[in-house]
Amino acid sequence: MKALFNWIDHRTGIRSLTKEALFENIPGGSRWRYVWGSTLTFALFVQFVTGVFLWMGYSASSGDAWESVNYIQNEMTGGWLLRGIHHWMAQAMPILLLLHLMQVLVDGAYKAPREVNFWFGVILLKLVLALSLTGYLLPWDQKGYWATKVATNLANLVPFIGPEIQKLVVGGTDYGHHTLTRFFALHAGVLPALIVLLVVGHIYLFRRHGITPAEPRKKKDAYFWPDQVFKDAVACLAVMATVMFFVIWYHGAHLSSPADPSEPFSAARPDWYFLYLFQFLKLPAFAGNKEVWGAIYIPSMFVGLICLMPFIGKWKVGHFFNVGVMFAFLGGAGALTYLAKHEDVSGSNSAIYLKALLDNERDARRAIELARHQGIETTALNLLKTDPKTQGPKLFAQHCASCHRYDGHDGLAHSLLDAKSLHDLKRRTSSFQRFASSEAIHPDWLARLKGGAKTNDWQTVQAVLSANIEGSYEVIASTKFKEAPSAPDLKGFASRQWIIELLKPEMYISSRFFGGTVHKDGDMYRRFLNRKVIKYNDEEKEMLKLVALALSAEAKLPLQSNIDEADETLIKQGVDHLIDDISCINCHAFQEPDPDVEGPDLTGYGSRQWIIDFVKNPEHEKFYPETNDRMPSFGKKNILTEKEIGLIADWIRDDYYKGSNSSVTN
Amino acid sequence: MDNNEEINSEGCTVPNQDAVDEAISNSDSAIVSEVSVDDRSSPVACHLSEVKIPAESEEGFTSEVDLEERRGFVKFLCIVIGGIVSAVPFGAGIWAYLNPLTREKEGGGDGFIKITTLDAIPANGTPAKFSVIADKEDAWNKFKNISVGAIYLLKEGGKVKALHTVCPHLGCFIDYRSSKNDFFCPCHNSNFKLDGSIVSGVSPRPMDPLKIEIRNKEEVWVKFQNFQPGHDHPIPLS
Ligand code: HEM
Ligand code: FES
Repeated sequence: MKALFNWIDHRTGIRSLTKEALFENIPGGSRWRYVWGSTLTFALFVQFVTGVFLWMGYSASSGDAWESVNYIQNEMTGGWLLRGIHHWMAQAMPILLLLHLMQVLVDGAYKAPREVNFWFGVILLKLVLALSLTGYLLPWDQKGYWATKVATNLANLVPFIGPEIQKLVVGGTDYGHHTLTRFFALHAGVLPALIVLLVVGHIYLFRRHGITPAEPRKKKDAYFWPDQVFKDAVACLAVMATVMFFVIWYHGAHLSSPADPSEPFSAARPDWYFLYLFQFLKLPAFAGNKEVWGAIYIPSMFVGLICLMPFIGKWKVGHFFNVGVMFAFLGGAGALTYLAKHEDVSGSNSAIYLKALLDNERDARRAIELARHQGIETTALNLLKTDPKTQGPKLFAQHCASCHRYDGHDGLAHSLLDAKSLHDLKRRTSSFQRFASSEAIHPDWLARLKGGAKTNDWQTVQAVLSANIEGSYEVIASTKFKEAPSAPDLKGFASRQWIIELLKPEMYISSRFFGGTVHKDGDMYRRFLNRKVIKYNDEEKEMLKLVALALSAEAKLPLQSNIDEADETLIKQGVDHLIDDISCINCHAFQEPDPDVEGPDLTGYGSRQWIIDFVKNPEHEKFYPETNDRMPSFGKKNILTEKEIGLIADWIRDDYYKGSNSSVTN
Repeated sequence: MDNNEEINSEGCTVPNQDAVDEAISNSDSAIVSEVSVDDRSSPVACHLSEVKIPAESEEGFTSEVDLEERRGFVKFLCIVIGGIVSAVPFGAGIWAYLNPLTREKEGGGDGFIKITTLDAIPANGTPAKFSVIADKEDAWNKFKNISVGAIYLLKEGGKVKALHTVCPHLGCFIDYRSSKNDFFCPCHNSNFKLDGSIVSGVSPRPMDPLKIEIRNKEEVWVKFQNFQPGHDHPIPLS
């Protein structure tokens, strides 16, 4: 063994190299404050290792990037751990960089003869930030896509050659495959190579000049090995432990929904360590075409100033100036970061911001769920685009919600955890909760007393709080409509419950059904509900209920398939009543076309095809040839395609993949 | 080690390992041959030039001065050749890298894209967002009928107006805020009126209007373009 080692040493000189590495003299002995450089080297090492392994699962193209990262995060054994470490160590690096930089400045380690090494450090800092910036785009999710767009658009502001630079960075005029391939080549190739070169140079120069002792020296000189190495090791352990805490807490790293150029993401923000720059650009001083000052000139001048610090630091005053400048910068950046966060969670547009986060979270979960359940045939984005649960509400909100409602909202509301009491409701609206908790409530969102009789009577949380009514509250993230609905609420359309409610005279003319339409004065109400039904005895009421069952069965709602099957005989009776005793067919066609009646055809009422036909053309003779009240013919006038109408119909009918019980980690 | 062995056969002293080790630790660099150049008097020193030069001058075709000159030229050639051979891979790479600057944008037709029909735009003047569905080339892929962006359409006194959804400041997606009936960019708080003009915020110009044509009485066609951010007037990206 010894002989072997001697042989190796003879041919390589490893022994003296190790000796040299370990027996570096540290004036004043080992200190905790010297650990930051080592923790950074360690962090880089961790990023290189996890990065290369991520690379083995990552595919850099716009149709594959999200898909491959999702696969790493949610399907690959240990993938979440690997990605989590890479993500959270990247979060730790800016902090470590800052600590390192501050130690160097405060202890005066940047002054002659160490100027060049200080510059190496500054360049390394920039390179690491560049790695973070390029890495942020790689998952190709909404968050990275929109935030990075802002960053690459900044390149446009560079004087003279801005647009060309942007084109080169983006790999064309638009984001696409080549944006990713270029970013990835930078992220995993060019930047790491430069960093390795500079780190080697950095450490070489550091050794050449030795460590700058922090005065006063508390102890005798000592070698690097083992005391300082021990402290460094403990510090690395602490860094790793902190990172692991976050990795496990978040089960990896967050992945937002697949990038979509046509879908806004109102919560696009850069990673937290760039937020101060982001906030800086909001300052009115950089409005209009003075933007280039905030984005390029001032930051560049500041970096220039940092590079000059070794010379300024030659004088004692200069040193204090340098340290003062850095602390002032830290204070300013900290304040801007705080402002950015504060504006997002409590500013005047925080309701929009927080809702955008919820929207995105919903899409992200859905994409992950569909990818797992259905598999990705083309792209994950396409899974979302053809999913009724995702597209239905969006189309409904845009095309239908100006008159209709869905459970009192526009279809896009998020159900939040119920508030158990008024106090609970209030607590959850605090800005701290909004910053820190996922069950926070914005005062502009909606709430209603739980178990209230009228199901779609929502008020803003603010109004609820000031009304001071004790109770437990349902809460949704949505804004209140200014106008009352002018057409029926379609939540549960054609379900038994919905039809039973509809057939109550007082409900028929309420705003939940036809109160806002001309039909409240139509024959259905005047001649039938208000003249006959209102006087029904118990037996007739029972018959009407069976009619409701029978009519609802026409819809073949997937949610009701079980009870429809079980109640087959009742439904048969209901059909008989519908035709004979209650005589709906006096005004409606049923089971066969009847051109002489006024009311809409009840054959297949609420089925997919019925809804599609109706939405395409409500004025069709099957529906309301004469009495259609304002509803546009979406199909006939090419406002919506048949596919889109189908998505809405499937969503209203709750006819889509519901999600498995196996939990999706995110 | 090759060199040392050759020299060895010409009768030079073989450096012993301890001396080499010492030389290494005394020097900034660990290359043995350099050590020997610096330290000609030591027994370690054995250098090609000391062996070969006398032989050359015996043949008499060079003087010391000529030799210096020739060496200078050789050094120059080394640099030139080294430069050329290492420039080749960089040149090829950079040439390919610059491709986006010269790539022609495919332009079929007049650039107008059918967005929707007049009836789909709210009559009360509220803006509605529409996806722009077109074919898109993305490097090696050609996608048919995918959404390449989005626009706002609104009716304004009987006319239809089209505004880009992309913020002229730095390219975020501008929101329509129904609560205030205005446009708002959630990134750096730029705020626009429904006609696209600036109310407040840092945007250098109003929202970008897009050319619009009504064809076949009811079809809304829009010339969809993206513009460079950050300027005070719209410059199309090409
Ligand atoms: C200091 C060094 C590095 C930093 C600060 C860094 C930072 C980042 C960041 C912030 C992300 C986004 C992670 C996320 O939130 O999803 C990322 C992703 C990625 N990085 Fe790095 N990185 C570094 C080095 C490397 C290296 C050396 C490689 C490969 C050789 C690499 C390969 C990747 C890959 C493949 C991804 C995409 C997978 C994913 O997003 O999870 N990284 N990096
Ligand atoms: S991108 Fe719209 S305000 Fe900055």
